[in-house]
This record gives sequence, structure tokens and C-alpha cells, in this order.
Amino acid sequence: GSSGATAAGKHFTVTLFPGDGIGPEISAAVQTVFAAADVPVSWETHEISVEKVKPGQPLVSRGALDSVLRNGFGLKGPMATPVGKGHKSLNLTLRKELALYANVRPCVSFPGVKTPYDGVDLVTVRENTEGEYSGLEHVVVPGVVESLKVITRTASQRVAEYAFKYASDNKRSRVTAVHKASVMKKSDGLFIEVCREVSELFPHIEYEEMLIDTCASALVMDPSRLDVMVMPNLYGDIVSDLCAGLIGGLGLTPSGNMGASCMLAEAVHGTAPDIAGMNKANPTALLMSSLMMLRHMKLADKADTIERAVHAVLKEGKYRTGDLGGTATTTDYTQAIIDKMSASS
Amino acid sequence: PFPLGGTLNQMRTATLLPGEGIGEEVNGALVDVFEAADVPLEFETFRFSNFEDGLPQDAIKSFQKNLVAIKGPFTTPVQSTYTSINILLRRDFDLFANVVHAYSIPGVKSRLGGVDVVMIRENTEGEYSGMEHEAVPGVVESLKIITESRSMRIAQYAFAYAAANNRKKVTAVHKANIMKSGDGLFLDCCKRVAAEYPHIEFEGMIVDNTCMQMVSRPQQFDVMILPNLYGNIVTNIAAGICGGPGLFPGANIGETGAVFEQGARHSGLDIAGKNKANPTGQILGGVMMLRYLQLTKHADAIENAVMRVLEGNKARTPDIGGSATTTDYTKAIISHLE
Ligand SMILES: Nc1ncnc2c1ncn2[C@@H]1O[C@H](COP(=O)(O)OP(=O)(O)OP(=O)(O)O)[C@@H](O)[C@H]1O
Ligand SMILES: Nc1ncnc2c1ncn2[C@@H]1O[C@H](COP(=O)(O)OP(=O)(O)OP(=O)(O)O)[C@@H](O)[C@H]1O
Ligand SMILES: [Mg+2]
Ligand SMILES: [Mg+2]
Repeated sequence: GSSGATAAGKHFTVTLFPGDGIGPEISAAVQTVFAAADVPVSWETHEISVEKVKPGQPLVSRGALDSVLRNGFGLKGPMATPVGKGHKSLNLTLRKELALYANVRPCVSFPGVKTPYDGVDLVTVRENTEGEYSGLEHVVVPGVVESLKVITRTASQRVAEYAFKYASDNKRSRVTAVHKASVMKKSDGLFIEVCREVSELFPHIEYEEMLIDTCASALVMDPSRLDVMVMPNLYGDIVSDLCAGLIGGLGLTPSGNMGASCMLAEAVHGTAPDIAGMNKANPTALLMSSLMMLRHMKLADKADTIERAVHAVLKEGKYRTGDLGGTATTTDYTQAIIDKMSASS
Repeated sequence: PFPLGGTLNQMRTATLLPGEGIGEEVNGALVDVFEAADVPLEFETFRFSNFEDGLPQDAIKSFQKNLVAIKGPFTTPVQSTYTSINILLRRDFDLFANVVHAYSIPGVKSRLGGVDVVMIRENTEGEYSGMEHEAVPGVVESLKIITESRSMRIAQYAFAYAAANNRKKVTAVHKANIMKSGDGLFLDCCKRVAAEYPHIEFEGMIVDNTCMQMVSRPQQFDVMILPNLYGNIVTNIAAGICGGPGLFPGANIGETGAVFEQGARHSGLDIAGKNKANPTGQILGGVMMLRYLQLTKHADAIENAVMRVLEGNKARTPDIGGSATTTDYTKAIISHLE
């Protein structure tokens, strides 16, 4: 291919965290596909491995964080969860240090991947910094725990603005604010009040509000009823996984975290220690996440080329990894995507 | 059978609160079916529209005497400041366990088959504490309360239910990896009760994973225990994958009384008054009430009639792909009573 018309001449450096378990294999797959597609990206690899870090050490070095902030883009494979080593959650650290305020998860049906739901095309935009995940809890008296949910105007506005901008940039027609303000009148009430205000700045995007229970029921009955959804942290966690379930699970769904001055794309599935190092992992989720990043770089033509190839390979069904019922290795599947790209260029 | 089940009172009366929206129509259907089935029970019906004043005194007295009620939906507008009728009932009568049953009904088209799940939701605390305040302008705090006593109580109820109904597995739904103290306490209580039921399989499952599993492999679930908000979400998903919110019953059970209703509480204002509502969930709510009162024969007769109409596709309402009116569907049920 050529070096792309959209951002001709522009070159990007991306910080890569390959991660644990199957992380290095699926990261290598993304790198191979990018190289084959002449994507103008070079990589700055930082090993942050929960498995290798010593107790008491910070999970992510200052250098690694600065690298993402400097480059503006990061790609992260799955990381094992440190259990009982006294480490703060890695995701929480990244979210805080990189000011990742919105988590975006598009869920689009893959041709050829059969689930009870066809034609799903949904985007969850989740507030990523507060809400039920404030981490503020205390024991009032023995046997009585209070957990604090915090909703602020600032964070709500930031995520609402992002959701509408995303909808506008991606030619989507509607944004739904998901809430439970019938019960949490003040906190969720503030969230939707802010969404409503922001919606007025985007008159070409339709706006509606929906209770989380109604939304959950609508999603499973008729997913085409919804389009872009924006919501507080916990609902976003739940709804994004539900949507992933509709299209065939976390092995396929991309995820992007938007920060004040960077974007971190990631695979949301786990490290799959049972198949790590066996050339069996499905790299689709990480690859689709990296395509979100390319679109953010305004390299949409590159993203489209790769995406078409992924769809074609999955639809054909000849090369599929074990999780999708196939027998292809990670490298075979990756090569099939590359072959499709060169066949159509 | 319901743990904490009641008995038929001497007066043979139950309280009926038709509620809003589709409430009048679905409860009308329920009353007609009960009459046709010769259920030995009279309803004391209370209609009221000024929700800001709460439950009318005579309705409260009726329920205090009868200890069983059927209710329709009461919506709470997002902007309102008054406490909903739903919460007044649950709080004032301490109806702590919300039991919702969703299952695949032969003849009703749904995306995923073979489902049979009973969801037991804590109905009195959690995210529904109602304690919120604006700390400084633009910053609101909302308190989620989890207590050991109420978590133990719901876990005990769920396991007692599972044991009494020959269920094999209980899944406790939580987010204890994030809310380590609050949901952690809830999960811990479930584990403690599980230890007293070694013949019932027990597992914990994170709420986001639960929702993903619900849309991919819902057959794995049997009985679930859920804190309040997760219960609200998961019951709606379960009803949705089994055909819709209008199909399944729910009960709110306390130490001394119970209120029965459609499992997914929606007032259906969009179709109210159009003779389109599906009364199945409400009628099956009535069947739950009959089982609670140990009127098993009447319960079986009505349930069988409903299932035969749905399975034989005799008549069905628009929400499940038919064109029958509420009244025609109700007549079909009545004609299938044996
Ligand atoms: N990208 C993938 N390709 C193929 N199979 C996968 C992939 N991701 C997960 N799996 C499969 O899904 C199952 C669950 O794996 P996952 O990695 O999510 O859980 P885990 O490793 O227990 O969690 P964690 O690493 O987050 O603690 C594994 O058995 C694995 O085989
Ligand atoms: N399960 C519950 N436990 C305690 N309070 C509740 C519960 N459900 C609703 N409420 C209260 O009722 C109001 C919400 O009313 P609404 O009519 O939406 O309830 P609902 O539809 O019965 O609840 P849900 O949709 O959560 O099942 C709020 O003021 C809330 O405090
Ligand atoms: Mg999640
Ligand atoms: Mg409701």
C-alpha cells in the first residue's frame, strides 16, 4: 500500500505495554499487521508486568507513564491482577496518572461470528474516574458499611462532551444518557442534568435519557434501539460487558481510554494463562482497539483497510482461533489478515 | 414453596392496588381469571392518584389485616421529591426479599432457550438508601449501605428458597473487587450461609461478568442472590432474554406479609389504556400469591391455562408478536381453565 492520504507524512510513536500471559503474542500480532499495512507508527515498548514486579515496587515506572504522555498514544495488552502483594490496581494507577476520564467501547457484530444477536452496533462511553468506584468506603459500626458514590459536574461534563463529540465525529445519530435518577435523584440527577446541557450544544444529535434497568432490558430485546450510550462508571462497566456478550465476548471487543492529553487503547480480556505462549490466542480485541487508536490519529483509511481484512477473514471462517471454534494459530490468523490486505490492495 | 409463606386468612381477602399505567388493565385481567377459576379470595381494591400523600390509610389498614396484596406499577418521576409507593410498601412493611422468576416459556419466541432462573434481590438497602447530599456545589455524594444483618437475612432467604424448591446452585452477584468492604461484606455473608448448605453448589460472580454471561449462557444460572441495584438490572436482563418484561412474576416478601406484582416493574405508560398490555406477568404474580397462600390447586390450574394458551399460540399480545387484545388473551386463558 501507500503511506496513506489522510495524514500524509505524519508519523506517530506509540507506547506499547505488551502485558502478561498472552499479551506479548497478541501485541506482536498487532505490530506485524501494522507493519504490513505500512501504518506510520513506531513502537516504544515498556515491559510492565505484574508478574515480574517485586513487592513494594511501583507497577508502572514514571518513565513508562511519561512515555505515554509524551507520545500521546499507548496500547496495552492484558495484565495479570496482583493478588495480595499490596499493589494498587494497575488500571486505577493508569487511569489516575494518565487522567483517563472516558472509556469507549464500540461493540459491532462481526460477520461470521454467530451469536443470537445480529447487526449489533453499539458504543458505550463510560465515565472512568469517579462514581461507585471512588474507593471511599468505611465501616460505620461493625456490620454496617457505607460506600460512597461521587458524581461531580466536572467529570460528568467531560465525559458527556466526549460522548457527543464521538457521536458527531463518527456520524452516529443518537446519544442516550443511562442513569437511575428515579432512585439516586441527586447524584444521577446531576449526571443527566449535565448531559442534557451538553446535548444542547449538539442539536444535530438526538438525545434521550433512559433508566439503567430499562436500558438493560432494551439492549437484550432489541439492541438496534440504542446507539451511543453515556453513563456513570458502574453502569458503564456493566453495560459494556453486556454489549460485548451480545457480539461474542471480550475476545473480540475493542476498548479505548481517553485522557486529557493521551489515548490508551487496550484489550479488556484477561491474560489467559491457560493458553499463554502456545500461539493460540485471539488477537482480534487488541487489534480492534489499535484501530480505534488509528482513527483517533486520523489514519482512518489505514484502520478501514485492516478492519475490512479482519472481517473478511472471520467471515470466510477458514482461519479462526480456538476461542471461536477454529484451529488456527495466532500467527496463521495474523498472516491470513495480512494476505487479505495485500489481495485487496 | 416460599420460605416465610403465609396462610389464607379467615376473611379470605387480599388487598389490590391497581397502580398506574397498564396497572388497571393487567389487574382487571387477573381479577377476571381468579373469578373464573373460583379462587376463594375477595379483593379489597384501592385506587388513588395523589401519590405525594403516600398510601391512603384505608389501604394500609387493609394490608395490615390481609398481609397479602397484589399491586400494579407505580412510577416515580425522575424529578419528583416524594418517596414512591413502591418504597413505602417495602420499607414500612419490611418486604426485604424481591423474588423474580424468569424462564423460557414454550411457544414464546426468545433468543436464548432453556432458561430457568430465580433471582432473589435485597429490597431494602444498598444503592437505594436515599442518602445523598451535595458536598460542595457540583459534587454530589450518594451512600450505598450494606449491612451484615440484612445481607445475612437475604442470603438465608435465598438458600432456604433454593432448598425448599430443589434448586441445585446459588450464585451471589457482587463487585467486591472494587467495593471491597461493602460488596465484600455481602459476599462474605453469602459464603457463610452457603457453608450451612453443603449440598447446594455456591459461587460468587462479578456483576459485569454476570451480565455478559446472562446474554451468552444464561442456562448456567439457577438461583441468584443480588444486592438491590444489581438485582434491578439483572432481573430486567433475564426477563428480556426470556421474551419481555410483561411475562414474569415477582414477589416482595417480608416476615409477616407479601406483595405480588409483575417481576419487571414498568408502568408501560406508552401503551396504557389501549387494551394492548400483556397481563401474563401480573397473572403469574397472582399465581405466586396463591402458592404463597398454599392454594396450590388453584395456582396450578391458572398457571397451566396460561402456559397452554402461550404454547398453543391461541392468542397473544403484541409485545410477544401477536395481535390479541388484553381482553381476548384473558378470555383465552379463561377458556383453557380446567
Ligand atoms: N484473546 C484470547 N484469545 C483466546 N482465548 C482467550 C482470549 N482471552 C481469553 N481467552 C480465554 O478465555 C478464558 C478466560 O480468560 P481470561 O484471560 O479472561 O481470564 P483469567 O486469565 O482468569 O483472568 P485475568 O488474567 O484477568 O486474571 C481463558 O480460558 C482463555 O482461554
Ligand atoms: N427495590 C427498592 N428498594 C428500596 N427502594 C426502592 C426500590 N425500588 C425503588 N425504590 C424507591 O422507589 C423509588 C423508585 O421508584 P420506581 O417506581 O422506579 O421503583 P421501581 O420501579 O419499583 O424500582 P426498580 O425500577 O428499581 O425496580 C425511589 O424513590 C426509591 O427510593
Ligand atoms: Mg468490566
Ligand atoms: Mg422502575
